[in-house]
Amino acid sequence: MQKEIIIAGFGGQGVLFAGQVLAYAAMDTGKIVTWIPSYGPEMRGGTANCTVVIADEEIGSPLVKHPPLAIALNLPSLDKYEGLLAPGGTLIVNQSMVDRGAKRTDIHVIFVPCNEIAEEIGDKKLLNMVAVGALLTALPELTLKDVEKALEAHLPERHKHLLPKNYEALKRGYETAQKIPA
Amino acid sequence: MPKELWKGNEAIAEAAVRAGLQAYFGYPITPQTEILEYLSRRMPELGRAFVQAESELGAINMVYGAACTGARVMSTSSSPGVSLMMEGLSYIAGTEVPAVLVNVMRGGPGLGNIAPAQSDYNQAVHGGGHGDYPRIVLAPSSVQEAIDLMGLSFDLAEKYRMICMVILDGSIGQMMEPAEMPEMKPIVDRNFDWATNGAINRERRILSSIYIDPPAEEVANLRLGKRWREVQANEVRYKEYYLDDAEFVIVGFGTAGRVALSAVRAARTEGIKVGLLRPITVSPYPYQVIDQLAGRVSGFLVTEMNMGQMFDDVRLAVRGRVPVEFYGRTGGVVPFPDEILAEIRRIAAGQWTTDRDPRDAWQARMVSVLER
Amino acid sequence: MNAPTNLVYERPEGFTDTPTHYCPGCTHGVAHRLIAEVLEEMELIPKTIGVAPVGCSVFAYNYFDTDFVEAPHGRAPAMATGIKRVLPDRIVFTYQGDGDLASIGMGEIVHAAARGENITVIFINNANYGMTGGQMAPTTLPGMKTTSSPNGRDVETQGYPIRMAEMLSTLEGVGYCVRRSLHDPKNIRLAKKAIRMAFETQARGLGFSMVELLSTCPTNWGMTPVASLKFVEEHMVPAYPLGDYKVSDAIKQVKI
Repeated sequence: MQKEIIIAGFGGQGVLFAGQVLAYAAMDTGKIVTWIPSYGPEMRGGTANCTVVIADEEIGSPLVKHPPLAIALNLPSLDKYEGLLAPGGTLIVNQSMVDRGAKRTDIHVIFVPCNEIAEEIGDKKLLNMVAVGALLTALPELTLKDVEKALEAHLPERHKHLLPKNYEALKRGYETAQKIPA
Repeated sequence: MPKELWKGNEAIAEAAVRAGLQAYFGYPITPQTEILEYLSRRMPELGRAFVQAESELGAINMVYGAACTGARVMSTSSSPGVSLMMEGLSYIAGTEVPAVLVNVMRGGPGLGNIAPAQSDYNQAVHGGGHGDYPRIVLAPSSVQEAIDLMGLSFDLAEKYRMICMVILDGSIGQMMEPAEMPEMKPIVDRNFDWATNGAINRERRILSSIYIDPPAEEVANLRLGKRWREVQANEVRYKEYYLDDAEFVIVGFGTAGRVALSAVRAARTEGIKVGLLRPITVSPYPYQVIDQLAGRVSGFLVTEMNMGQMFDDVRLAVRGRVPVEFYGRTGGVVPFPDEILAEIRRIAAGQWTTDRDPRDAWQARMVSVLER
Repeated sequence: MNAPTNLVYERPEGFTDTPTHYCPGCTHGVAHRLIAEVLEEMELIPKTIGVAPVGCSVFAYNYFDTDFVEAPHGRAPAMATGIKRVLPDRIVFTYQGDGDLASIGMGEIVHAAARGENITVIFINNANYGMTGGQMAPTTLPGMKTTSSPNGRDVETQGYPIRMAEMLSTLEGVGYCVRRSLHDPKNIRLAKKAIRMAFETQARGLGFSMVELLSTCPTNWGMTPVASLKFVEEHMVPAYPLGDYKVSDAIKQVKI
């Protein structure tokens, strides 16, 4: 088994942390995982992305050109990764930040209004967790419970009070994505 | 110890601390700055020496001074900074004191960029500072391997009184992977019989790289050479993948090696019997294993994130018996597995380059791809 | 040979039994001796680690009966930093010439001083690169002829001398920074006292200490030893005024 996920968005949307949460959940469930960010001067304010590879044997390339799974939290990311996704793959799109539908028909594109859901929960920063929840519908190797446990185990102590809202964001994202017919 | 998710740069820093690092001297440069930042907090907390130097020149000479006392000491930098350190490295080598230097390589030449590259291979392995001097160079390809090799680097440097460099590209520095840290080793006074740590109750000592009398310098160089032969005989490390039935073999180190692993696996699903050799020590280089492989495989493909530097070492071991192909990305570009897979398919179809330097053929293919 | 009964001058304990390689009339030997005497008086010899430069004094380590290392050109303050940071209870000093300290090693000396590294620097200013045969140094006087300023240092194209003691004295990390001269016995005595205070500064952990010593280079200046001492007095001292540029309050209290 090997699954690759690219998560992309603006800096500040929690792109890197979303990837780390998946990486922690994979590690804690005994899988092999790599997490690698795009790094560089664009780190401040520009688009950010990270690639997570989850596998059950030694991982080769930490980067992948045509991932089966991706999250696009803004329009530039949708524009970039819609074309790159492997056929049959799943793309989670933050509907709150895009003004167009999908162009490809050979992949599953799931639109989730991450910003609005996060605001309903009461913390707009949780939009990344909404997206991660949605992604889990296409990543059977990790369950909602796995990700919740990873958050509990690795969230810094000072942020632990935010756990319930994080759980809710994951769940709402998952449920929203589930309702969309594949 | 349980596994933790470690970022490569921070893992290197902590692994050095646990190996008994007594002093760190560095200068900020991307993409290795997290090592400096991590140690700026960690070293003082343990009562150990940390100095952010005025330059890489300053940093490497602080390392030189501390190394002369017999302390476990290292610096870390990235390509342009390592170029500045070459003066100090040559002096450290000539003085025969142990020191560890990590190069988190980035795209060059010149200021280049901060993206991952392996283009300092020749500088680390074959060149760099002036004069005849050997050095050990380790090339991890994962966070766990980087941790393991940091501990080894100090042991090797001290055992052979030699520089031990650890070269990795920026992507390993920035990558996070689950990894297990070793236990914290206590700081021990190794009480080396060469260390200049104050002539208390003993004869005074001098550490210097000067041999003003050429025959004496020749003796010193021959001594370094003798020690190097011991290193070559005892310290070669590499990892083999799918070599048992391989009809041809990819050779790649660090990230290029692990990208090749993905390509090899994909090729195997297509029935192509290709294997991978990933050198872990690039100095001493695993010439012998390549020499043996050359006797039974139809050829090699060298993959690197440079213009074909390690390629020469593979050819040296192969000695013209079978073809050696090259595929590289350079300037900070990391290859994707499908690029290497395309090369594997081409070779599996029997398209070996035999009429010219395979790097020329590669260059021609690259130019045509990039122009498209 | 019988031991003399009225011995008034002998090799200090801090020295090895090594014949000098310095030119006749060169004041390096005087500076070396003053350091050795101070280390002996302060009983610091076993605790001391010296850092030799590149230049005429590259072989300084042959003379001092202490541990010694030999630095790349200009980098002695960085090496000394490395040693002192891992062995803070040892005494670490550098011995550097003007090309080494004020030209190629400007970055290292300024930052060692700015960090307040608890090391002692003995800075020999003889206004030229001695070992390589008398080229222009940052400290070469305006108009002074050297092998690389054959018509005399032209400040329009070759710049002005650098006054290191004044410059470093502006830095907070500096505990003691003075200039002395070695051109006559009175000044040599004052120089020795300054060297003592510099090592006292280090021994007390009061920060960076430097003694700049105006020195001769009869060979490259093309003068007799006596004429070169005169040159220091008449030309070097006016350009590089002797004095205490920074003496921390704590070290002012020290009586020796």
